[in-house]
Amino acid sequence: MNYKVNEQGFYGDFGGAFIPEMLYHNINELKENYLQIIESEDFQEEFKDLLKEYVGRPTPLYFAKRLSEKYNTNIFLKREDLNHTGAHKINNTIGQILLAKRMNKKRIIAETGAGQHGVATATVCALMDLECIVYMGEIDIKRQAPNVARMKMLGAEVRPAISGSKTLKDATNEAIRDWIENPEDTYYLIGSVVGPHPYPDMVARFQSIISEEMKSQLMEKTGRDYPDKIIACVGGGSNAAGAFYHYLDNEKVELIAVEADGLGIDTDKTAATTQVGTKGIIHGSKTLLMQNSEGQITEPHSISAGLDYPGVGPLHAHLFKSGRGKFIGATDKEALTAAYQLTKLEGIIPALESAHALAALDKINFNPTENVVINLSGRGDKDMETYIKMMDNE
Amino acid sequence: MSRIENTFNNKQNILNIYVTAGYPNLNDTVEIVQELTNNGVDMIEIGMPFSDPLADGPTIQNSSEVAIKNGITIELIFNQIEEIRKTIDIPIVMMGYYNQVLQYGSDPFFEKAKAAGVDGFIIPDLPLDIYEKEHQQKVESLGLDMIFLITPQTTNERIKLIDSKSSGFLYVVSSFAITGSKSDIQQSQIDYFKRINSLDLINPKLIGFGISDKKTFDTACQHANGAIIGSAFIKDLEGSNNIKQTVKEFIRTVL
Repeated sequence: MNYKVNEQGFYGDFGGAFIPEMLYHNINELKENYLQIIESEDFQEEFKDLLKEYVGRPTPLYFAKRLSEKYNTNIFLKREDLNHTGAHKINNTIGQILLAKRMNKKRIIAETGAGQHGVATATVCALMDLECIVYMGEIDIKRQAPNVARMKMLGAEVRPAISGSKTLKDATNEAIRDWIENPEDTYYLIGSVVGPHPYPDMVARFQSIISEEMKSQLMEKTGRDYPDKIIACVGGGSNAAGAFYHYLDNEKVELIAVEADGLGIDTDKTAATTQVGTKGIIHGSKTLLMQNSEGQITEPHSISAGLDYPGVGPLHAHLFKSGRGKFIGATDKEALTAAYQLTKLEGIIPALESAHALAALDKINFNPTENVVINLSGRGDKDMETYIKMMDNE
Repeated sequence: MSRIENTFNNKQNILNIYVTAGYPNLNDTVEIVQELTNNGVDMIEIGMPFSDPLADGPTIQNSSEVAIKNGITIELIFNQIEEIRKTIDIPIVMMGYYNQVLQYGSDPFFEKAKAAGVDGFIIPDLPLDIYEKEHQQKVESLGLDMIFLITPQTTNERIKLIDSKSSGFLYVVSSFAITGSKSDIQQSQIDYFKRINSLDLINPKLIGFGISDKKTFDTACQHANGAIIGSAFIKDLEGSNNIKQTVKEFIRTVL
């Protein structure tokens, strides 16, 4: 089984570029150029240098002693929360901004849900002195005021998406429409392994730095360059794609993706796409998505804005269907409990997204000798309001 | 000869009007199409309301949201077209997104559409190669037309490729735009229309996006076989309580 994208942009049955002709030129330009640019020595040098000096990589692979004791196994946390701007998102925005510059684009557009990708995009645009416009659902703008303020302070224009459900999926639609209207000078900087080919592959490559570092760090700490299990949360799936990337073909490594069950997969308040979704097309990609029998895309729910997406990247749809990935879910409540547990045991406040990966610990059987890596994709500063509310309720 | 082909053979300056099915009220579509026909419209594009219409602007998206809330379904659209066909013989093209076709089941979709009296389809996010591989045979065997879009960024080589896969007509997107934006036709657009005309294409051409009134319609007709109007008409339908009157007044501003 092959888990890398093929020439037509498919992972098995999933992927492709289902785009209107108005985007054909832009997508084709990207498709024709991205590999050559990002594999060039000069690109890699600048990319790696910025990741080291600006982002603060490599991120530690921290052996979580007390957490390991609790679950009677060996748990390592890949500390993506320690990156500049607080999550793995910046690995991708650094990569894409360097690509955009090399393609002579002057104007950067992005979509954001919780605001993490928006902040990471605004950050690299400030760094590179490029115009930045971030589309964000009107409802999310109200929910995520601190990140909106950060983007503005960084010089970005935040444009509300007022169509549809006024959340991430609509912000993505608006960004795509902006690109249709400004095809010549504009670069669309997508935040996850979603959208038309080549975005899923490109974003996965930029995030693959996570598993690249894991290999040498595991070798050093365990004498073997691979773990027995990797656990990561999946919304669109970029942090999971990065954490799985260099182990996709190593069948000895169990890849565990954790989706947001929301209030539960038997309710209509969920974002567990592989559990309740069906095959279809969203944002130019054939993948699994939440929709009704008419093909109308339905609104997801998760306490974590970063997992609140009605689709999943085509790579993950393929991992799910082929059985290479094991997909489990964690509810809002389980994620909150896991966030509190990590905070108390290890002194690390995780992002709500990452808390879903941590919640999976209670759903898996471990043996005492195996090594488990949890990708701690982001830190919890942005979620303090939710955490405080929970404290007040108890 | 198909209805579309026949229309282009017998008439110039084709006016194609877009109508969102199930808008403004669930059962208005039949009357709207009848009135459009009475007022001299040559062709009808019936929009299948979709939750995430990437190529459409706010006007059509809003009308789609209303129609979905009204309870429109693909099945109801087929019923409405059947009803329209009892009295009307001008070409009807369905416009929608590929996901809707896939969820209905593509073969049944094309078959049912044919049975209802549909003549062709515009599915903007259906890639040319997927159409060729998975649907072309079916669509052609039913005698239906598949209409593809070209834009100012489409290269001459690709325009020729798209022309060779299209039937019925080519949908010439007038500018870098989603539907319902921009209003005047610029010199750069005219140059683009001239470039297309120099290519000696097989299919007739209709210009769409940004056509809203007599002036823009006439300009489009100078450079193509006619034009498509969508958002400008949908805007007038919003809040209309007399469809007959609204249609009549709108068409008077165009023809």
